[in-house]
This record gives sequence, C-alpha cells and structure tokens, in this order.
Amino acid sequence: MRGLLAVARREFAAYFATPVAAVFLVIFLVLAGALTFTVGGFFARGQADLIPFFNLVPWLFLFLVPALTMRLWAEERRLGTIELLLTLPLSPWQAVLGKFLAAWAFCAVALLLTFPLVLTVNFLGSPDNGAILAGYVGCLLVAGAYLALGAALSASTRNQVIAFVLAVAACFLFAAAGSPVVSEFLSARLPALAETARALSVAERFAGFARGVIAAKDVVFFASFIGFWLFVNAAVLDHRKAD
Amino acid sequence: MAALIEIEGLTKRFGAFTAVEGVGFSVARGEVVGFLGPNGAGKSTTMRMLAGFMLPSAGTARICGEDVVERPVAAKRHLGFLPEGAPSYPEMEVEDFLAFCARVRGCGREAVARAMALTQLEAVRRQPIETLSKGYKRRVGLAQALLHDPPVLVLDEPTDGLDPNQKHEVRGLIRAMAPEKAIVISTHILEEVAAVCTRAIVIARGRILADDTPAGLVRDGRSLEEVFRALTLPAEAA
Repeated sequence: MRGLLAVARREFAAYFATPVAAVFLVIFLVLAGALTFTVGGFFARGQADLIPFFNLVPWLFLFLVPALTMRLWAEERRLGTIELLLTLPLSPWQAVLGKFLAAWAFCAVALLLTFPLVLTVNFLGSPDNGAILAGYVGCLLVAGAYLALGAALSASTRNQVIAFVLAVAACFLFAAAGSPVVSEFLSARLPALAETARALSVAERFAGFARGVIAAKDVVFFASFIGFWLFVNAAVLDHRKAD
Repeated sequence: MAALIEIEGLTKRFGAFTAVEGVGFSVARGEVVGFLGPNGAGKSTTMRMLAGFMLPSAGTARICGEDVVERPVAAKRHLGFLPEGAPSYPEMEVEDFLAFCARVRGCGREAVARAMALTQLEAVRRQPIETLSKGYKRRVGLAQALLHDPPVLVLDEPTDGLDPNQKHEVRGLIRAMAPEKAIVISTHILEEVAAVCTRAIVIARGRILADDTPAGLVRDGRSLEEVFRALTLPAEAA
C-alpha cells in the first residue's frame, strides 16, 4: 500500500512538473465548453440538463486520455527508469495500480474543473442534479476504462507515438462498437456478434449514466473492463520487463 | 557465515542467443567483487537478474537468503541497485526523487539527508535532475541505492562518466562501506579493480573465466591488462 501510494503521488506530481497538465486541462476545458454550446446545442434544446456535455465526453476522452497514458510506461522504458522502478521493492500490481490511480485522479481534476457548466445550468433552470452527478460518475468510469486500456498498450512499447496511436484505435473500437453504423452492419451480416459488440461498447454503457441512471450491470461492466486491462498491464510488464 | 549474495547456474537466453550461461558465485559480507568483462560480456544482464529486473531462463540467485525469483519483493528490500546509466526521472528535483525512493522503501526523511550527505548532493538538492552534469546524475543514482543502508549493493558501472576526482570519491565511499556489506561492482576500468576490489570475476561471452583476488590474477608477473586480454580475447578472434 505504501509503495502504491508513493508511485501514485510521484506520477500525479509528474503531470504538473511538465506542461502536460496545463495543455491537457486547457484543451479539454476549451473543447468541452465550446462544443457543448455549439455542436451540443445546449441553448437550442431549451432543457436544463448537461446531456449535450455528457454526450461529448467519451469522444473527447478518446483523444485526450491516450495522451495521458502514452507516456505511462513507454517513457519509463525509453528513459530506462523502468529498471529503477521495478528493482524497488514493489510488486508489479502496485506499480500498475499506482500509475493508473494517478492518471485517474488527474482525469477527475479535469472533470471537476467543468463545474461552471453545472453552475450555468443551475442558474438557467432547475436541472436534476442527481442525474448530473450520475453523468459525472459515468464520465469518470469512461476515463478509467480508456486509461486502463491505454496503460496496458503503453506497457507493450517504448515508443510513445505507437502507444498513443494504438490507444486511440483501441479506445475507438470500444467506443464505436455500439454505434448504429456498426450495429446495423453486424446485424445484417453477423447477428451473433452484434449483441456482443453492443455489450462491450463503452459509449453504449455510458449512455445510461448520461441520462442519470446508474445501473448495477453497467458499473460491473466498467469495473471488470478496468480490472481486466490492469491485469493485462501487470502481465505484460512482468513478461517483458527488460526489452 | 552464509554469503549475502548466492548465485547458482544463472542463465539468460534471448531467443537463440545465450547472453549469460551458468554463472555462479557467492559474495560474503566484507567482500567487494569487481565484475569485469568487455562490453556485451553479460555483466549487466547478470546484474539485472540479480536485481530481479530480468527473469533468469535457468538458475537462481538469493539475496540475504531470499530467492529473487520466488520472493522478489523481499529480496529487493535487502538490495541497493544502481542500474546501468543511473536512470532517474529528469523532471524531478534531486531531493524529491530521493524522497520518492525513500517512501517506496519505507524509510524517512533522515535517510534522504544521510544519502545526500554520503554522496555530496546537498548543493544541488533543489535542482531538477535533467539540469545536472553526468557526474551528479551518477551520484543521484548512487544515493538512491544507499538510501536504506542495504546489506547488499549491486552497482553497474558506478564510476562511468565521472572525472578523476569524483572517481576517487566514489571509490573511497565504496571502500568505507565495504566492511559492513557485500558489494558487486561491474566495470571495464581495470585500475578500479586494483583500487577497490577484494576479488575479481572476469566474464566474457556469458561465462565466468576467472574468479580470484586482484593480486592472484597478476601472480605470474603480467599486468592486469595483459591477463584481461589473454582471458577475453581468444574466442573473439575465432
């Protein structure tokens, strides 16, 4: 536990020691703010809720979360610090979980900084704040899912660009698996796969949260999705520490 | 008394290439072993297996009786390891970096102060590591290995990149710690062996070719360099 927290703390501080934190937060907040009011049609809908914002978040995270995860392990490999980290008295899962929690906490900070949207919608009308909270929980779970996936891919390479591109592609796969385009294509040709694809879709699972519904099966899905990829991360790390 | 480092039949294969084959030796408290060999001889690979960073293809190693494959975390607690090139996080300040390592190891602030004093890092404690010279970076790596005052020290090229004065200091530090610890240092600088080591192990092409005191190696009147060339060259020409 001590080692895990030390790793998480160092990793979290590292975001702020480099321009990564500033660039990420500014771009995320600008895009989230601007797109909610333009593409999302916040005013045009005439409803006091944050659904336009929540619908955007999985797609914003699709590009921004891999930017956080790409360096997690690839940079350690390139700098050689992985040799230092893994010869400290830490088990692989402590290192994996420590890094994941730091990145997750950072995403939580980014989400917290969108609070002006909540204030705005409360000022303009009387939204269901419980539903808004559920939406934020969903956003955090989507971030966690992408982070776990991206971190596992970062562990498999020493090249940050490869880690980024692979993570975007993989996240896109899990985001788009439930989209109408994919669903229709699969139902027409491989009906057996259509249901599976929908069930594994991060965006599909998130839709409930955006509407304000926290369903147990969706929480279980995100928890197992994150758990699975963290397990893959630890296994990859243990298997190919050196090369 | 049992040896603090015990290595048995350590072997590492990368595909068809065998980097280290059947390396075995043990190191008792008070010994400073110089691990000598040309570049690519398998020195770093052996040390990485000993430090638990690489899994051996065969054989095993124990640090203070703890098996590095079966009980890696316990073994690592007794070990101070300086990886090749002394890697550290460039954006971190010296003191923060050492504090991070200390937190993982569960030792306090006073351990950080002690390690910085031993390696004379106080003057740069608030500097980001990336702004330091090569010699200072190496000392940061050394400080990290000494934090928890471990009984076993494994240092991969501890004086590489240091100027003559710094080399002298680091060797003095190693000699001063020697009576209490089992130390393995890898090097390809032969003078270093005569300066600090009580024992020299020569390795080439993944095998141990000689294991003797520095005086024993030059018993027949040849210089250490001649002995080294005679031991490590033949098969390279073949």
